[in-house]
Amino acid sequence: MSNSFLIILGIITPLFAALFSYVCRYNNNLRDSFGIIGGLITFVISLKIFHGIQNNEVYQITFFTLFDGVDFAFKVSALGSIFSLVASSLWILASIYTIGYMRGAGEKNQTRFVIFYSIAIHAALAIAWSGNLLVLFIFYEILTFSTFPLVGHKQNTESQSAGRLYLSILVGTSLIFFLPAIFWIWLKTGTLDFQDGGILMNKFPAEYLSFLIAMLVFGIGKAAIMPIHRWLPAAMVAPTPVSALLHAVAVVKAGVFSFLVVVVYIVGPDFLLQTKSSDWLVWLACFTIMASSIIAITKDDLKARLAYSTISQLSYIILGAALASSLALKGASFHIITHALGKITLFFCAGAIYVTAHIKKVSDLKGMGYKLPLIFFAYTLGALSIIGVPPFIGSWSKFYLIMGSIEREFIIVAIILGISSLLNIYYLLQPVVIGFTQNSKKEIKLIKAPLTVWPPLITGLGCLVFFFYANYFLNNISGVIVN
Amino acid sequence: MFDIFLDDAPALVVVLPLLISAIIAFMPSKIWPWIISIITLLLHLFLSLHLLKEISVSGLIIYEFGNWEPPWGISFKIDGVNIGLQLLFSIFVLVSTLYSRKIFLNEIDYRDSGKAYSLWLLAVGSLNGIILTNDIFNLFVFLEISALASISLIALGAGQNRKALLAAFNYLIIGAIGATFYVIGVGFAYAMTGTLNMNDLVIQLTQYSDGQLAIFAGMSFMLIGLMVKAAIFPVHIWLPPAYSYAPSAVSTLLAALATKTILYFFVRLLYEVFIIYPSYLSLFLDFVLYPLSLLAIFIGTVIAIYQDDIKKLLAFSSIAQIGYITLAFSLKDHSGVASGFVHIFNHALIKGGLFMAVGYFAILYKDRVTLNSLKGFGYKYPITSFALLICGLSLIGLPLTNGFISKLYLFQALYTNQMYFSIALVAVSSALAVVYFWKIVEQMWFSEIKFKSEKEDAYIYLPIWIVTISIIVFGIYSTPIIEFSNLSADYLISGYQN
Repeated sequence: MSNSFLIILGIITPLFAALFSYVCRYNNNLRDSFGIIGGLITFVISLKIFHGIQNNEVYQITFFTLFDGVDFAFKVSALGSIFSLVASSLWILASIYTIGYMRGAGEKNQTRFVIFYSIAIHAALAIAWSGNLLVLFIFYEILTFSTFPLVGHKQNTESQSAGRLYLSILVGTSLIFFLPAIFWIWLKTGTLDFQDGGILMNKFPAEYLSFLIAMLVFGIGKAAIMPIHRWLPAAMVAPTPVSALLHAVAVVKAGVFSFLVVVVYIVGPDFLLQTKSSDWLVWLACFTIMASSIIAITKDDLKARLAYSTISQLSYIILGAALASSLALKGASFHIITHALGKITLFFCAGAIYVTAHIKKVSDLKGMGYKLPLIFFAYTLGALSIIGVPPFIGSWSKFYLIMGSIEREFIIVAIILGISSLLNIYYLLQPVVIGFTQNSKKEIKLIKAPLTVWPPLITGLGCLVFFFYANYFLNNISGVIVN
Repeated sequence: MFDIFLDDAPALVVVLPLLISAIIAFMPSKIWPWIISIITLLLHLFLSLHLLKEISVSGLIIYEFGNWEPPWGISFKIDGVNIGLQLLFSIFVLVSTLYSRKIFLNEIDYRDSGKAYSLWLLAVGSLNGIILTNDIFNLFVFLEISALASISLIALGAGQNRKALLAAFNYLIIGAIGATFYVIGVGFAYAMTGTLNMNDLVIQLTQYSDGQLAIFAGMSFMLIGLMVKAAIFPVHIWLPPAYSYAPSAVSTLLAALATKTILYFFVRLLYEVFIIYPSYLSLFLDFVLYPLSLLAIFIGTVIAIYQDDIKKLLAFSSIAQIGYITLAFSLKDHSGVASGFVHIFNHALIKGGLFMAVGYFAILYKDRVTLNSLKGFGYKYPITSFALLICGLSLIGLPLTNGFISKLYLFQALYTNQMYFSIALVAVSSALAVVYFWKIVEQMWFSEIKFKSEKEDAYIYLPIWIVTISIIVFGIYSTPIIEFSNLSADYLISGYQN
């Protein structure tokens, strides 16, 4: 199979999954199975591309020219191969989980849900494999629009206003900051292609680079850096499979991925290191990490707490990109994988607890640990990974980030990362501690939903197992980023 | 035999619709006026294509009426500036005439259909005259014919809503004031130079090379008159009610083409004639047109957000979009003028498509289309709704639509002129456009009411989809639009630099 065909197949498979789901909308089992099948196909393709990239193969396809120097083209970068691998592998599990959750919670409009879910994955894969910044922007917008129906799924007043907030922040920032920034880069360089080492060196005035970085980081609202983070907690009104796959993996990771890609392939880490234009961003990222951790502590709603935890974790990646040293970039790219695995586990568990026991609040979890041992086990695995305890995969990315900040002689940043881990321990493990306190008087009727239990167990164990295979991923990353 | 006609093609594109208009005026039939109009406009398109062929060979056609040489006789001029617009005009008029039939049958008494199409062709002929004429007084005549035809067409909306009469009357009064201003300006110019022909005017004006108060007064009168007609903020107030209460087919024609043709003449006057006084020109562009355009963009967008009536919402969005065009024209260089023309083309398609879709909804809903009445329409009429969605995304300016191309070239022009504040404002206003457009989408697809999909009328959704597909095609393959626009800018700006 030729390489370019592989890209096309990978990108359109989710669209076909959406189409078939619509065609088979009257047969629930058949309809929902297309998510799993599509996930398997895209996973195999992503894996093949991932290996191909390791062996220096080129995956590239150009469709047509949009305007001078900018084609509608796809080209898989090393970073993109990682992101697509994460998104497609977790799509399989999320599809299984979705079946359990949507039926267990008795949600309406399941067909629409499944369709837009697949379209969102399509957009995420296209972002991962996009060949230039404009193609990335196109699918960035498609991702926003396709997740809007998922956020507003319940169609009540709350979800409607959340959907509006979601859309207005994400589309608004992208049109006000991101698109003009893209135009600016194009006007200065005449191209938008992703190239190793960046395209701005010697073409873009160094004194305006900080400003460009600001336009990009605030324009890519999906990266949820403060103060552009409000949409993420608001989007938690969506059903949990959306929060799990999209707002812990696909959407937010598309955001930080876009920013990483800009830093690595457009601006170029060397240029950034020379001019130190992103040092201010280091501090903003640190502020976001600390502030959202503290807000997370105050949240009693489990999903809201996880949302603020996500904001904090995303800023780790922004931080790594802003530091721009090779170790920090390595840590940031690896954090895409580790955080995705950990956070999807936690969201799966939160949803499973909601479906089986109808509990949303942390303070209501008393004694639930004995009733739902498997879920709590999985939750603990995920939480430990995010905190960064060895031997969980999350420890690697934190390690590299701390090394990166020391490499750039930002000792305070390293300390902040340490403090943030302590805060993580508090707010992520508190639900577990409460779950195993024995004073639950009232009887809670449990609904069986086994399909919501197995996916988090698999991802949770994945956090443990992949710790020992970290090199498998890291090889791919270090190939490009080492400058 | 046809060759005789082809020689007179520049005159025929204007005269043919005007002649046929008189023939079908009292035809009592329901269908014949429409069929005759379609045939006429097919011929019109053929003639326009012939003109394109001629222009690509010779580059310039001056057509002298009755072989009276200018400056004594009236003449039409076709060159690189207006040939693109002529082609767009011809094609779009044909498409909107295809669309108009069902709308007219639903919105006006069928016995009036002869009169309606008579007025329709009258508007078409006179608007085309505005594109081609090379004579400032002849322009006034066409302005008046087109205004009267459009006013009567708007008033036909009275069968649906009596407010159409008020809107038409408003337009009549304000339009008359605008035309009066313009004709006073023409009077000044004629008194000073003794000529009405634009090319001759340029030559005659050079004798007052240091400028004279009467000349400047005349120029100001002409420009203000045209600004009223082109609905440039703040003299736009006739436009929203006129667009929103007219029968939908009429809204489509006016929104897509009427203001565009006047904007074209406006810029032609600025860069071809008034260029003799560069200091006056830059004064007008920098301190009048430029700030007004920014205000139009911002205020038009904000007002649109607060509209409940969809046609009114689109009309206010038009005010903002006209602001984009005049902003581009105020830049005084090639990139600016070219991007203005790009947006003239693209916006004609976008707004035309939007008005077509909303007009269709209006006859299905049998009432004015408000946000509330659109509930669940996305499910009820999926084909048209999807077209509306694409047109709307293009209005916002997302990539792969032609709206994006407009934005790209506008940004580029603003950037080369180092107008960073304007870039920020344009970016913000395109983000605000999301707000008003998404209000529509939310009602259509995400309200609690749901319908089974109903059969849609191919007579109507075909023209809508022709426009919609062209929006996507020109978003991906933008070369034709860019080339026509560059050609226009080449002709206009070459005068500026000499």
